[in-house]
This record gives sequence, structure tokens and C-alpha cells, in this order.
Amino acid sequence: MTKVSMTVNGKTVSGEVEGRTLLVNFLRDDLHLTGTHVGCDTSQCGACVVHVNGEAVKACTMFAAEADGAEVATIEGMANSDGSLNTIQQAFQDYHGLQCGFCTPGMVMSAAALLKENPKPSEAEVRDYLEGNICRCTGYHNIVRAIMAASGQDVPAVAAE
Amino acid sequence: MYNFDLVRPTSIDEAVAALGEEEAQPLGGGQTLIPTLKQRLAMPSKLVSLTAIAEMKGVCKTDDNALAIGGGTNHATVAQEAAADFPGLAHLAANIGDPAVRSRGTIGGSLANNDPSACYPAAALGTGATIKTNKREIAADDYFQGMFATALEEGEIITEVRLPIPEASNYQKFEQPASRFALVGVFVAKYADGVRVAVTGASNDGVFRWSEAEAALSSDFSAGAVDGLSTPDGSGMISDLHGSGDYRAHLVKVLTKRAVAAAS
Amino acid sequence: MPKDHGIGASTKRREDLRFLTGVGNYTDDINIHGQAYVYFLRSDVAHATINGIDTSAAETMPGVVRIFTGKDFEGVGGLPCGWQVTDKHGQPMKEPAHPVIAQGKIRHVGEIVAAVVADSLDMARDAAEAIVLDLAELPAVVDMKAAVQPGATKVHDDLDDNLCYDWGFVEENKAATDKAFEEAAHVTTLELINNRLVANPMEPRVAVGDYSKANDESTLYTTSQNPHVIRLLMGAFVLGIPEHKLRVVAPDVGGGFGTKIFHYAEEAFCTFAARQLRRAVKWTSSRSEAFMSDAHGRDHVTKIELALDADNNFTAVRTETYANMGAYLSTFAPSVPTWLHGTLMAGNYKTPLVYVNVKAVFTNTVPVDAYRGAGRPEATFQLERVIDKAARELGVDPIKLRRQNFITTFPYATPVAVEYDTGDYHATMDKMEELMDLPGFEARRKASEAKGKLRGLGINCFIEACGIAPSNLVGQLGARAGLYESATVRVNATGSISVMTGSHSHGQGHETAFPQVIAEMLGIPEDMIDIVHGDTANTPMGMGTYGSRSIAVGGSAMVRATEKIINKAKKIASHLLEASEGDIELKDGQFTVAGTDKSIAWGDVTLAAYVPHNYPLEDLEPGLEETAFYDPSNFTYPAGAYACEVELDPETGHVSIEKFVSADDFGNVINPMIVEGQVHGGIAQGIGQALLENCSYDENGQLLSASYMDYAMPRADIIPNLDSYIVDHSCQTPCTHNPLGVKGCGEAGAIGSPPTVINAIVDALQSGGHKVDHIDMPATPGRVWAAMQG
Repeated sequence: MTKVSMTVNGKTVSGEVEGRTLLVNFLRDDLHLTGTHVGCDTSQCGACVVHVNGEAVKACTMFAAEADGAEVATIEGMANSDGSLNTIQQAFQDYHGLQCGFCTPGMVMSAAALLKENPKPSEAEVRDYLEGNICRCTGYHNIVRAIMAASGQDVPAVAAE
Repeated sequence: MYNFDLVRPTSIDEAVAALGEEEAQPLGGGQTLIPTLKQRLAMPSKLVSLTAIAEMKGVCKTDDNALAIGGGTNHATVAQEAAADFPGLAHLAANIGDPAVRSRGTIGGSLANNDPSACYPAAALGTGATIKTNKREIAADDYFQGMFATALEEGEIITEVRLPIPEASNYQKFEQPASRFALVGVFVAKYADGVRVAVTGASNDGVFRWSEAEAALSSDFSAGAVDGLSTPDGSGMISDLHGSGDYRAHLVKVLTKRAVAAAS
Repeated sequence: MPKDHGIGASTKRREDLRFLTGVGNYTDDINIHGQAYVYFLRSDVAHATINGIDTSAAETMPGVVRIFTGKDFEGVGGLPCGWQVTDKHGQPMKEPAHPVIAQGKIRHVGEIVAAVVADSLDMARDAAEAIVLDLAELPAVVDMKAAVQPGATKVHDDLDDNLCYDWGFVEENKAATDKAFEEAAHVTTLELINNRLVANPMEPRVAVGDYSKANDESTLYTTSQNPHVIRLLMGAFVLGIPEHKLRVVAPDVGGGFGTKIFHYAEEAFCTFAARQLRRAVKWTSSRSEAFMSDAHGRDHVTKIELALDADNNFTAVRTETYANMGAYLSTFAPSVPTWLHGTLMAGNYKTPLVYVNVKAVFTNTVPVDAYRGAGRPEATFQLERVIDKAARELGVDPIKLRRQNFITTFPYATPVAVEYDTGDYHATMDKMEELMDLPGFEARRKASEAKGKLRGLGINCFIEACGIAPSNLVGQLGARAGLYESATVRVNATGSISVMTGSHSHGQGHETAFPQVIAEMLGIPEDMIDIVHGDTANTPMGMGTYGSRSIAVGGSAMVRATEKIINKAKKIASHLLEASEGDIELKDGQFTVAGTDKSIAWGDVTLAAYVPHNYPLEDLEPGLEETAFYDPSNFTYPAGAYACEVELDPETGHVSIEKFVSADDFGNVINPMIVEGQVHGGIAQGIGQALLENCSYDENGQLLSASYMDYAMPRADIIPNLDSYIVDHSCQTPCTHNPLGVKGCGEAGAIGSPPTVINAIVDALQSGGHKVDHIDMPATPGRVWAAMQG
């Protein structure tokens, strides 16, 4: 077992991990931050996306020990300080960008990474950026709309009658 | 996963020392190795993470007009830093896996693994790159030795990759729809002394150079020059549920033409 | 102005708040103090006799609690099948035993051979590797047509052959149908495959079994669409635990699409082992395990024939389908290729004669059961493909051919035993044509051709039977369950409401949409109403969510219970207002005496129900809580017209969808935003089936597409662009037999889209001069290219 310390959502945390302990297991099992999900074992679905030192990373494909000293951000740290939904989260609700919610944490974290890097992405750039996030419920249409809207771009209202 | 010790050396020397132990194995970005470990297909006693070695990271242009990329440099960094000098390579790096994979995966890890469908082997072979390790320098033509096989010895790590900057280049990747690895990928690079064409994803022998296309393009660098070539033999190509050998062979030609047309 | 609350409003989903902030409560988020973990040792061969299992070394490994094998389950029931099909000779289907852990024989890759319970998952897996299996491998039966040949290797030794049933429907129509084919002016024939799929909800299955010695009660936390069904099946048929000692909880469920309907071995195991070990036992499926243990979907091989008269009227349809059951009968497997498929073979058309033959076959593959649409996508695909082919053969417009044959009067009794209550197929076709800009197609095709691409237009209609189902009818058809739904509406003293429903959301937004209905009925704010679901301990016996049934059946139960609430509340109000009950009106949360200004608020009446000081106690019980069980009198029949345009790269065979329009008739709509989301999701899965997804086995029964490395899931970049994609549900012919007039929308997209896409690809290929009249799904670039080579 090795001791690791890192900052998660602004708080310093530490714990004992095995070499094989994945970052996602450390978050879920040790820190009880169960918002980060595991949907596959081949590093493709993206339900586990978190930010490590500001970059989108699949927490199921990184060892906890490698995050020693890092700044980690998860879905639990995304809301505004008053607890209200942040711009991206609010857009996901407004545009119905989630159904079962399982892929949603990873989607929101990927969207946040995208908008940090590219504040006004084109629709094609949004779709391309989501290559590593699989959603089975929404058919992506409303996720793309939510991210476009979160970037401040015009998107037709949901359920246009 | 089987359990193992994980160490994070901060210098190449420390890493090499750590890899001297029995059953020790280097860990690059882990984007392929970790899924492999999850399936219990590997049983290292120690993983030596190369991600904390600052001297193995970064991209710079050398005096002899090559791009020198630290073995521990992730794909996202290459996509960004190669854009001005070597857009063909930047484009390739920007389309490996997905953004989260590109945050972690490294050029050294990709070349050391030599997945037959990976993108970087096509760039390394297609540019005649030099693979620098902690021990020696290996020419790309000698480095790739078939699927998942390379000239690397036990405990040897890729510290740097030097890719001669071509006059024009392009990488065309036709994605396998599930994994989004290359079903076929073709890297074309035009140099003053000739054209190199490297193909990944297609062959049972891993990445290879399509010499007929190289000859034709060296005398006439145009998509039309590829038209006159016969399609490579499909019998040695990978045949699986995503496409037959003949289909892959056909794609080699189509993508080569497209790469030539798009080369910049 | 769109409504801002109640029925018809696009109310934002309240459940999103927890999902978006990472505080959802999925089954894998549940951990019981002191729990152990199970790792299932699964077969890596498709067919073998088990000569021995040596667990001795494994048992001594660190952390091992106990290792279970088939022997430990000898006295335990097998997994039951919930539907018995009767074959065309009047004989019941063959129904082999379905053990929790393999008993002496392995019948598919992924079948559980042993279960190792240990202190950690890694320890369990370490120990599983030390188990020594002595297997005698047998030839695998994979191809369905080969499986039913005389002398084929048998999947089940105790059965005569691999034919589960040979079903004819309607058998009495067969002779007349055959005759119609003899007399036809034109017959179009098509052989096709409906590809095997894996549902792939993003949340893999999880089961946590717990046992309380204090009250001899077992609890199973599981990823289920229908916890009561699991409780009944597992308690009564597998483990022998009476319902009052067994609680099944399905908390937030991360998608289901059918595959979380069924009762699975892992659920029974965890519940059983927790009782044996007096310790909670947890199993979390990996995605790789899911591919070989979740029930698969589709997998039909069909020959369909369409007979037309000289005026292009459809005179008969005849089909022969081989339907893969896999190695065992999953919970509702037999119903899918029969009653959920044969009954839809009339489609939207007034074809007078239909005969459907289905041979259900056992193979050495994972069991196959319902997946989004379940039988109806298979019916629609073959019917709409053969119509499209007929239109091409006859040189008639595919829209005109369909319109000419539409059913136009309702109710309409089809020749395949169902009665469509209502519909307007011309209206949805008109709407599709309007939204698709068909006159602009030729110009778009030319633009594609200028880029070296081929462009194709695909048209499709569909009808489905959902809102399943009338219990008495399905009982006659072989269902071993009722298909009603339940709701208890509990009005609290201060007027807020908890609704305990037997429906269970796994992404459909029940927590938002159900309150919209009650808010509309009572005239109170939606946020005064909460939904309780997913726990057998606090909901009435209900049948769960599948078959697009929640609002149609579960919602109707809720309406009925709310009507009872209103009736009783009016009695209380009439007492308080000293007026006759018949004069009391409820509007906007106020009870008013008709024609007067005398009124009393909702909250005052509800308070009186629980503080009955001034109350008609001699006539009326205190309290305000009502339960209703709603059993529909018919299925509902959503229908629609879909179209898409594809662009095909003739050099690579790659197909992209450039434009997509769906015009659906779902009857009345409760929350348009949610409805559109359901359609988007269904269409994405249909596009996935058409272009990407393929669960593939080799001839030895090895699963080739066993992870996301080889099973292609739809991603954001294959879906049409925002400005080229319209889902419309403005054509509404309300269902005539349920109180909300709703039909259900969950499966439509997955039913309507696959033939739309394939019809468009065939159109594109033919426009390029390729003599291709069919391409099997998924139309991968490699397949399209191969088809173009002739």
C-alpha cells in the first residue's frame, strides 16, 4: 500500500492505495464520491471522466497513485458555490441532455473540458469532442444542444411546438 | 488486475534502474496497458510509471529540421505543439482516441506497444523517424517487427522520437467503427529525396511501407499517380468482422490517394 | 403558447438535479456494511460437459468466504420463463431447465460455472483462477438453420431437438394466404437478417443480496426495470422465499432498454448466498461480462413474401422466420418473435391475409429476449423492406404504394388478431413529407454527386402495439403474468401527495411526468407531488416499465386512483361546505359549490381528512389514500412515418445520415420534451442497428464482439446535425381506451428507423447503378463496399 494525497474538488484528501487501485476506485470507494461512474472496461464509454490538473482524463484508466499531488475535479465539485447548477449543468437540464443519468457526469466533465479549451465550439467540434463519451439514452441530440447552449450560442428551444 | 507495485521515478536513470527488476514493466499513459491489465492478460510485479519524468516530455524542432518529441509526451501536446511545423503529425495526434485518451496516452507508449491499428507507428515509419531509447537510436525501418513486436529489449524505454519534418504530409485514418482505432490508416510524407507511405491497421504484419506507392509518388506526387497502381494484395491483410482483407487492401489505395490530395 | 405546467408542458426534469451533481443513487453506489463480493467464473467455451470442478486450491486462497458450484444449487429452482408459446400443432413449447449455476453442462460462453465469494473482488477473482475445470468440449450449435437439421448436436440432451417451437399465425389463414400468392399479379420476395444486438444500457447490471437474521428477511438491490416481477419470479420459482420475507429494491437505474426486465442468475445467486453466508454479497458486472451475460436482442433470419394484385393492392403477406432463443429461455423470450412480432405483420396496411411462421431455435449462445421494440422492429423491418423492394420492382413511388394500401377506417381488426383503435397514417405521412422537403431531394442528390457521393432517400412507416397489455388477452396467449399496473395516491394532511407506482423509471422521467398528470387533475402545483417507485416494500404490486407502457398503463392507474381521491375529497368538501356532493367542483385546487362563491381550498379538505373533527365519520373513513390497479382493454398503437437521406461514399462504402425526419402519432403527450428525448434515443439505437451494431459469434460459439472494441456503439458524430433532424409528434389521434388518450413513445424510434436507413442506402446504391436490392444490417462500410463489388 502506498499513501497518496491529492486535491479533490478543492479539498486535500489522502488515503492508502494499492498499485492497482484506479483513480475511479479511489474516488468511489475511499472518498465515497460515487458520481463518477464505471460503464466499461476498455476505456471507451467515458462515464468516468474527471479532470486531473485541468485535463479530461478517464478515471478508470489512470492509477490513483499517479494522481498523487494532482488537482482532481469531479462532478460533485461542478455546481456553483451556492449549490445551484453551473452553466453546463443547467443547460443539460434545460435542453434535456440526460435521461438515465449514468453517462451524465462524464458528459458534463467532458463538456467542461471542451468549453475551457474552445469556448465557442462548432456543432461538429462538439460531436467530435464527445467521441469518448457514450450515451445510450439521449441519442446525443440534446446533449449537443445543451453544450452549444452552455457556450452561449443560439440553440432552438427544447420541444419546439 | 493482479496486484503490483507502482513506482513513479522522476528521471530516466531512476526509471531504467527500476525496470532492471524481475517482471518490472514500464507504464506510459496506460491507455492500452491498463485495459490489458484489467483483463489480467499481463502480470507485472512492478509498474514503472514514466509520467513523472520531466526530461521525457516536450516537443522541439531540431537543427536538422526534425521534430524531437519526448517519449512521455501526450497526444494532446503533440497535437498542439506540432501544428505549426508539422501539421500532418499534429492532425494525426489530434485524432488518436478521444480527448481523455489524448490527455494521458503518449507517443512512446504507443510506439512501444506497436498495436497493429495504432496511428503513431504510421507516422514514425512514414517519416523514417529515429526512435531514441535509454540505450541507443533505432531507425524506424528497423524498429517495427510485426504486430505488437518491436526492436525494444526488456527494460528499454523510448526517451525520444525524432521525426524528420517533410515538405508535405498527411494522415488519413478510416476508423474501425467500434474501437475507433484505424481500420486502415495511411501516412504519406514528401521529402526532397522521395516520398514515404506507411500503412497501419491493414496488415497481419503490422505497420508497413507501401513501396509501389512510394516509387510512383516519388516521381509524381499526385493522387493520379496512385490511380495507376494495382491494389495491394489483400491476402496478407487483416480480415475480421469489421472488414475483409480485400476491403482493407482497397482502402489502402483510396486513403493513399486522399492523403496525397490533402498533403500540406 | 405552450403550457407551462400540467399535461402538455415541457416541465424540466426534477431528477436531473441529482444526476447532474453526482448524487444519484445507482445500485453500485449501495454498499452494505461487511459485504462480501462475488466473482463469477464464466465459461470460455460454448458447449461442454463438466466432468469435474476442483475448488480445493481456490478455497485456501486469501479472503475466500465460500465457493459455490452447480452442486450447491441442485435443490434450488431454475430461472423461470414467464411466457409459454403453443406451437402450430397445439403443443407447448420446449422449456428446458435454466440453472442458476451450470449443472453438468455448459451451453454458452459466459455461463456461470462457479461463484467465488470473498472479502474483496480481487481476492475472489484470484481464487477463481485457481479453480480447475475438467471439461469435455462438445461441438457448438450456432447457426439456426443448421441447428434444426436432423442429427444436429443438441443444446439440451433431454429435448428431442433444438426447435423450441414452430409457431403458425394465424394457422387458419394459411391455406387462404397460399392461395392468394398463387393468384397474385406480382410477388416480391426478400430474405433478410435482423442482426443480433446487445442492449448496452450504460449502467452495467449490479446485484447486492442482503439478509437480516432478525426478521428472516432477504433484500435484493438490483438494476431492474420491474422489481415486483423479480420478487415474484425469484421468490416463488427460484429460492422459495415468500414475498413478505423478500424485498427487491431497484434504485436509480442507468438505462435498461429491455435487458433489465429479466430475472437473472446473478440476482438469485446474491440473494441465495447472502442467506447462506449471513452476509451481504455484491456483484457488479463489468462491461465485458455484460456482453456475455445480459440477454441479447433480435437475431431473426426471415424470408418474407408480399403478394400484390394488378392494381398494386397488397393481397397477402407470408413470412418464415428463424428466431434465436440462445441456450436457455430468458424470462419473456418466447413472446418476442410470436405475439410481439406476428401480431404486427399487417403493419399500417389493409392486407387481408397474413400468415406468419416462426421457428424458435436453441443455440449455444447467450439467451435472447426483448430489446427496445422487441419483435416489432423485426416485423417492421421485414415488412417495410419488402414493400420498398416491391415498389422498385413495380416502378412505383414508395410513398404512393404505401398510401394506397393504408388502413383508413378505425377501429380496424387486422388478420393477425389485434384491433387498432385509432390512427391516421396519411396524416403522419403528410407531416413527414412536409418536414422532409422531398421536392428538394433531387437537388441535394446532385450536390452529393458533385462531391463524388451517392445520395439515397429512405421512406418508412411503422405501427407498434404497446402499452402492454390486457392481462386476459396475454394470458390466453401464454403469458404467465398479468400486465396491469398499479398506483397508490397518498394525499398527506397538508395536501402534498406521494404516489407509489408500480412503474419504474430507468431514464424516462417518471418523477417529472407523472406529477404533471395529477397536477392537471387537481389544479395544484407539480412540486406538491412526489413519485415513489422501485421498492417492493413501499409500492403496490406492479409490473414495471417496458413495452412503452408506463404512462399508458401506469399513468392510467394513477389517474384512476386520483379519480377516487377526487371523489372522496368532494364528499369531504360537500360536508365542510354544507352542500350537496353533486354540486362540488374542483378547479385550480379549490372546491367550489357550483354557481356560488362558496369554496374551500384543497389543503383544508386534505387536513380535514386527517384531522376529522368536522367530518362525516358515520359515512366516510378518515384519510385520503387510494389505490388503483389498471388493466388496459387493448394495446395502444402508436404509428408514424419516417424518412432519411444518406450520403454514401462509393470509394469506401461509408454511409452518413444527412437528414432525418420522424412524424409520430403518440396520441396525447404529457411532456413533449421527454417524448422527443425518447424518440431521439430510439432513433439513435435504430441507426446503431442499421449502421454499426452487430453481436457476432464464430462457428465455435465464441463471441467476437465482446467489448466496445468490437461492438460499435452509436456516438455523437453519427447522428444527423441539429438543423437536419426533426422529430415531430404533432399528429395526435388519442388512444380511445385509456383515460389519458396516450399511446406510449419509448420504442417508436428504434422500430421506425432501421428500415428507413436501409431503404435509403439501397436507394443510394441503385442511384449509382449498383444492382443491390438489399443489404443486411449493420450496413458497415465493408459490407456496403462488398455489395458494390457485386
